[in-house]
Amino acid sequence: MRILTVRKYLVLLTVVVFGATGDFFLKLGMKDVGAIDIHHLAHIFAALANPWVLMGIFSLLVFMSSYMTALSFADLTFVLPATAISYILMALLSRFWLNEHISFMRWAGIALIVVGVGFVAGGPSRTEHKHDALPEVQTTEERA
Amino acid sequence: MRTPYIWTCIAFTVCAAAAGDVFIALAMRRIGDLGEFRRNHGFFAMIARVLSESALFGGVFFMALAFFSNLIGLSWADLSLMGPASAALTFVTNALGAKFFLHENVDKRRWIATIFVCTGVLLLTRS
Repeated sequence: MRILTVRKYLVLLTVVVFGATGDFFLKLGMKDVGAIDIHHLAHIFAALANPWVLMGIFSLLVFMSSYMTALSFADLTFVLPATAISYILMALLSRFWLNEHISFMRWAGIALIVVGVGFVAGGPSRTEHKHDALPEVQTTEERA
Repeated sequence: MRTPYIWTCIAFTVCAAAAGDVFIALAMRRIGDLGEFRRNHGFFAMIARVLSESALFGGVFFMALAFFSNLIGLSWADLSLMGPASAALTFVTNALGAKFFLHENVDKRRWIATIFVCTGVLLLTRS
């Protein structure tokens, strides 16, 4: 079982923060743009000129690069649930900035998702395969 | 906007995002730890290695589909529904994709996590 270093936890934290803020900025932008009509889906490209949407895209680019880095040292089934803390961040942003109503049931649902995170985060981060690029030994950084 | 449209949009986002995740995870597994690679070969060699991985482009394609589908969904639904619902369902489809396509060890701990997430999604949809 590989032990995650501080640097790797920081990568996971970056995934959490920029994933949540990216979606949040997109929501702000789409509030400005308004609902996209089902018969005029091409209007979605006009949304790309909105500054909030652009900030959302920038955040999601940072999210994407940190997400790819995370996937280079951990399993997909580890990274996804381990970064599900972003649901809390997203819910708090929606509640206190967008003033969206979040019912008790939704909070309970979000809480259960987070408990799921707790289960997976304590386990091994990587399934070792014979053809993996890295050997099954700890790196110098990991030993330190 | 009617609920069936929202859930169709969420389903499309979930499928596209799961396919994107599996392709990208496959690409990054082939490359190995990016931090190690950068230390051993340098930053630009790392970028070149990432861009030479064909599975990455499949992942980016499906991610782009998921992005636009998500954007449309966000114009119809609350972020606190659209965000957790699509992401949590993607988690479930990813677990299946990771097990059968990436051959990850999806053990009891990870399946329990999946059950919790499914229940969480159920609560989200009933509220």
